[in-house]
Amino acid sequence: MAQVALNNVTKRFPGGTCALDDLSLEISDGEFLILVGPSGCGKTTALRLIAGLERATSGTITIGDTTVNGVSPRDRDIAMVFQNYALYPHMTVYRNLGFGLRERRTPKREVDRRVREISTILGLDDLLKRRPAQLSGGQRQRVAMGRALVREPKAFLLDEPLSNLDAKLRVQMRAELKRLHAKLGITTIYVTHDQIEAMTLADRIVVMSAGQALQIGTPQEVFARPANLFVAGFIGSPAMNLLRGRASAQGSAETEITAGDLRFTRPGVPDGEIIVGIRPESLVPVPADATDLAHPTLDLEVDLVEPLGEQALVHGTVAGSAAQSGAEEEQAILTEAPSRAPVTAVLPAAGLPSPGDRVRVRAAEDRIYLFSAATGDAIW
Amino acid sequence: MTSQIASQVLDPPQRPADEEEREPGRFLFSPWHLVLIPIAVVMLIPMVWMLVTSLETLNETRHFPPTLLPHTLRPGNYTQVLRQAPFARWFLNTMIVTVVTVLGNLLFCSLAGYAFARIKFFGREVVFVLLLTTLMIPFQVIMIPTFIIVKDLGLINTLNALIVPNLANAFGVFLLRQFFRTLPVELEEAARIDGASRLSVLFKIVLPLSGPALATLAVITFLWTWNDFLWPLITIYSPNTMTLQLGLTTFEGTHQTATNLLMAANVMSMLPVLLLFFLAQRYFIRGIASSGLKG
Repeated sequence: MAQVALNNVTKRFPGGTCALDDLSLEISDGEFLILVGPSGCGKTTALRLIAGLERATSGTITIGDTTVNGVSPRDRDIAMVFQNYALYPHMTVYRNLGFGLRERRTPKREVDRRVREISTILGLDDLLKRRPAQLSGGQRQRVAMGRALVREPKAFLLDEPLSNLDAKLRVQMRAELKRLHAKLGITTIYVTHDQIEAMTLADRIVVMSAGQALQIGTPQEVFARPANLFVAGFIGSPAMNLLRGRASAQGSAETEITAGDLRFTRPGVPDGEIIVGIRPESLVPVPADATDLAHPTLDLEVDLVEPLGEQALVHGTVAGSAAQSGAEEEQAILTEAPSRAPVTAVLPAAGLPSPGDRVRVRAAEDRIYLFSAATGDAIW
Repeated sequence: MTSQIASQVLDPPQRPADEEEREPGRFLFSPWHLVLIPIAVVMLIPMVWMLVTSLETLNETRHFPPTLLPHTLRPGNYTQVLRQAPFARWFLNTMIVTVVTVLGNLLFCSLAGYAFARIKFFGREVVFVLLLTTLMIPFQVIMIPTFIIVKDLGLINTLNALIVPNLANAFGVFLLRQFFRTLPVELEEAARIDGASRLSVLFKIVLPLSGPALATLAVITFLWTWNDFLWPLITIYSPNTMTLQLGLTTFEGTHQTATNLLMAANVMSMLPVLLLFFLAQRYFIRGIASSGLKG
């Protein structure tokens, strides 16, 4: 086991695509670090650079105490789980698990001992004689993990290991993965585009976009104090509601903030265009005639309700104009009227509105995020 | 999923024999058979004629129109061939040349094909295109330079003259490169991270998954080498070093040809090829269909 570090690493592909732009990261010994970001943000490239499957254009990568820039993958003593598992189809599970050890000329009895040990940990004992084609998705996934773990590598790299599993299995394997890490304590670097995986598994999260690390922190930090608009829009599901607004100081210490119907004050905000962010979970329904000025309110015109059991996602629009975080997966298909902005709220299932209704919701003032419209940076 | 991709590569789904449902009461067979059966007959006639001739007397072979049903069967022709010429020796020579050439092609074309498929090196594409262009040069053009090289190596009139220049060929490199590129690259990356060297990756991961392509190459090379006539004709002159195809010509005299013996020898020389064809028919077809080249 070892710490892993990337120092000012840049990766430019032939043709000019810049996959990583001056990325610096430090992963401490035994840490579970997750690189998360939309497709094409460079997270997989970062992982492949650590594995030695790609070469950095500039910058250094260290594993343990050694700089590994020129070192071939076989000599880096790391293990990797691929998105499609990459199990050797012509070998049995037993031979798949032992392949790495055999290639490193481990004595036969030692190979056998370690393969059996890891197969017991992962519950693969009954499958050792099968070939990958005869395994279910979850079983293949466990064999791929076993093949990586059996070598007791310095670091464990996972490239979207759960994305090929169905939803239920994914949740189950996610928990297994967390338990396994707690038990073995191997330095783990995990790439995913699924922010729920990132939140649930990681010791620290790195939110990436366009080859850069936008924010590094614990899941709670990244969720509670997003450094900029992109992180705010990416982390959290459903995504944060964003409205364009204005801050005007009017000569007093308290700056007045307006965004559509939303009106409140906050100290120390510079004048100018801003973007207001409210998480769907922070919106609470209030009676339609409530005029409690302690909490700013919004009038939500409901157009879709998605019940989730205890709660429901209520989609609708409010007065104002919408803002984009840059982390959206897809452009909205149905464009709303220009004077209205889409807002999603998580409301209790009791007394749900129906499409067409108007609901008044309020947000606690300290749960409203402000971002500079020009730079996207958070304003605290 | 990798193994699914690989298994698709390894066993392409079989087409159902009957793609369209037959309407009841029309044909019991596909109308295509009306075309295919006559063509098959035309193709078979020379083979049957050869077989029949090999069992006739010399006189019977000279009848016109030819007798397709001999009055007496003379299997003695076969023993006479074996007595009259060093047929067993030729057979052995051909077998040695063919087997060594096939093995050489499998090895060297794999190595080169893998390099072209997966290893990044300066000028790879240019070299590969150059290699492909050599496929367009007819053998007659390079025959004499090759002869001079082989002569300078002191190989004339040895089996090595037939083996060495044919140990690898551009077609095989091309065929295997194309196949290797269809294998999921993650398998190789996983193996490299697991500690395998490039050669280990090739021999332990790539080749075991390349059975169909290797079989195709083996079958095509076998056929080419077994049937090669021109090159042995130039480089071999002693009867003891001859291959079958060359040996067969010794039954043709300047003034007279023992057609019945020649055909008996022909039948015997064709047996291994026929056997191979029946065992590996699908690889022949796949090889020719996938490369666009005739075997």
